[in-house]
Amino acid sequence: MKLTVSSSPHLHGKSTTSRIMLDVLIALLPSVIAAGVLFGLRALLVILFSASLCVGLECICRLIMKRDNTVFDGSAAVTGVLLALTLPSDIPLSHLAVGCFVAIVVVKQMFGGLGNNFVNPALAGRIVMLVSFPAATASAGNNFFLPDGITSATPLSGGAGYSVADLFLGRIGGAMGEACKLAILVGFVYLVVRGVISPVIPVVMVGTVALFSLIVGADPVLQVLSGGLLLGAVFMATDYVTSPVTLRGTVLYAVGCGLFTVLIRLYANLPEGVSYAIVLMNILTPLLDRAFLFPAKKKQKRRGGEGK
Amino acid sequence: MKDPFISGKPCRTKGGVHVPHHKHTAALETVALPTPEKVKIPMQMHIGAPCNPLVKVGDTVLVGQKIGDADAPFSAPIHASVSGTVTGVYPMTLGGGAVSTVVEITSDGKMEEAPLAPPTVTDRASFLAAVRESGLVGLGGAGFPTHIKLNVPKGKTVDTLLINAAECEPYLTGDHRTALEDGWDVLSGVYAIAHYLDIPRVLICVENNKPDAIAELRRIADSSLDEGDRVRVLSLRASYPQGAEKVLIRAATGRVVPDGGLPADAGCIVLNITGAATLARYLKTGMPLVSKRVTVDGDAIERPANVRVPIGTPIADVLAFCGLREEPRKVLMGGPMMGTALADTAVPLVKNNNGILALTEKGAAQAAPSACIRCGFCVRACPMGLSPLTLARAASAGDTDTLQKAGALSCMECGCCSYSCPASRTIVQNIRIGKGLLREKMKKERKG
Repeated sequence: MKLTVSSSPHLHGKSTTSRIMLDVLIALLPSVIAAGVLFGLRALLVILFSASLCVGLECICRLIMKRDNTVFDGSAAVTGVLLALTLPSDIPLSHLAVGCFVAIVVVKQMFGGLGNNFVNPALAGRIVMLVSFPAATASAGNNFFLPDGITSATPLSGGAGYSVADLFLGRIGGAMGEACKLAILVGFVYLVVRGVISPVIPVVMVGTVALFSLIVGADPVLQVLSGGLLLGAVFMATDYVTSPVTLRGTVLYAVGCGLFTVLIRLYANLPEGVSYAIVLMNILTPLLDRAFLFPAKKKQKRRGGEGK
Repeated sequence: MKDPFISGKPCRTKGGVHVPHHKHTAALETVALPTPEKVKIPMQMHIGAPCNPLVKVGDTVLVGQKIGDADAPFSAPIHASVSGTVTGVYPMTLGGGAVSTVVEITSDGKMEEAPLAPPTVTDRASFLAAVRESGLVGLGGAGFPTHIKLNVPKGKTVDTLLINAAECEPYLTGDHRTALEDGWDVLSGVYAIAHYLDIPRVLICVENNKPDAIAELRRIADSSLDEGDRVRVLSLRASYPQGAEKVLIRAATGRVVPDGGLPADAGCIVLNITGAATLARYLKTGMPLVSKRVTVDGDAIERPANVRVPIGTPIADVLAFCGLREEPRKVLMGGPMMGTALADTAVPLVKNNNGILALTEKGAAQAAPSACIRCGFCVRACPMGLSPLTLARAASAGDTDTLQKAGALSCMECGCCSYSCPASRTIVQNIRIGKGLLREKMKKERKG
């Protein structure tokens, strides 16, 4: 009888990394469909291109670095789809390729692959594109369902005349995945029900934006329903790798994301601040973890104090 | 805070995971193992000083006869589990990897009992002496001598006795069967402890996936004479690890055992339900702990069962009795969450065994670990409120400072972190190594 000896536990739960990534892709499906409906076939093409390029780049990176091939965990595909969804449908594919390269090669693989990137790869890719190709990335795209008499300016860059229903259903210009809030909410509910994400980050972040805009005198409904807030709050800020692991850290992180979003939107020289806000908080995540991860430290000190 | 003793509802506990129950043997009446040919009884089946053999090769022994004892108070005597002749006294590697002297008894097949008399118990001291003589140790866990556990140090008051029948490990149903088959013994054991140690409240804690056990224990508690109305049967949420001492205390009383403290620091004594029943039988008949009810299960087992096995029986004999469907790839002593994987099935069954699981290649398969994605599932699952990912990383890096700061020694190795990890990382396994490093370092510092 040849017996395996290993340390307990000898039983494992059903959760796997690839299943989690598959769930995220499923949750993104409504937004992908909405992008196709609102912005046409090119939107789907852009998403497909971005996802395949990210997967391909990851493959090549792992080969060059002589590491295990990790494309089957699905994280590269998630990054690709997310990056595409934050861009307008008429983005030139050459620009998109730069974004994919930054996301997968520079931000993710150069830092050691999944789990070691210090900021969200898709957001980093988007920010580099935003800085490098401002006009192309800020384009409003060609939404087929724009309400009558509206120029293509997006609400955050001064466009007016959108009703709440327009904002909610996606009858606005802008990034293709950010337009339809309904689709994002469907994905959000799916992720929460499947236990992939906890609702804390999205709820606190959106809540902070609403409350803070109310305080400084901006329209909270407009602030919540426009730009990339919901997509960012549900799919970007909740990225496991770059968000804190403790509940208290998570709440602070989400509040920070919300605060910086409003600050950048209203007081900085930029139309949209979600990406920057989340990336900023990504960078603060190690500090937030440090602050809440050592509960024993305090107790030991207290006990030591009593002893003396 | 609401008191479960009054409200009948358990307090909330941190973390935990939902494990599949696999309680296939819950409805099966206990069967007795045919007398084994040979038993090898280790002289150390408890925490504390090992026993010295009281018999030598060639001696004849009877069931229940004391064959090992130690002068040290922190120990528990050992008794013969079959009648026959001592055919060897030699060192042997046990299931956990430790080496202990074993007394090998070749059975005469008669299971003849030694002339035993119930102990005379009149007060606390004679009660504790009797508990020691019963050979009882912590049956669910580490094998802590029961008489030490019940002997609450001066200056600490214990007002609650918790009887642990949570049995949160998958597969295992031995405690469940004890509740159903030996319910009266359980209750009389409980009354004896409560009486001699003067404990005003007793909570028998059972997970709510065993409604028949809860009903049976309540029925007996209601129909027996409960002086002072001390006993309650508490239904706990079925979640792993509800039966871990600190988690159980939290659930049943709302109290928190301080870091590095004992249950007595929270005013509690926790005793396994089978321990209570064994104690009652000893007080009634004088028959000490010589056999154990163990659950034999796993996908390699032909006929899963609860089997009453004499202590010291080789695991292979028990496996042969229940039949193997196919060659097992892994044999566990204990449950799948905290059990020990055996390298050899010739090792003997010890007092604190409560299950033997044989798993096939498929059942024992473990996924290869991949990168940590910092999902935080382990943090949410940890019943001690620790950050397993931080501890595991520090352990791999040999960073004892971080291990200490992050509270590595509070980890009870329940395995919830590894169970919940989507990347199949060996979190608790790493922490175990880290705890070893940390203990070594602390020992050195104390010396220096």
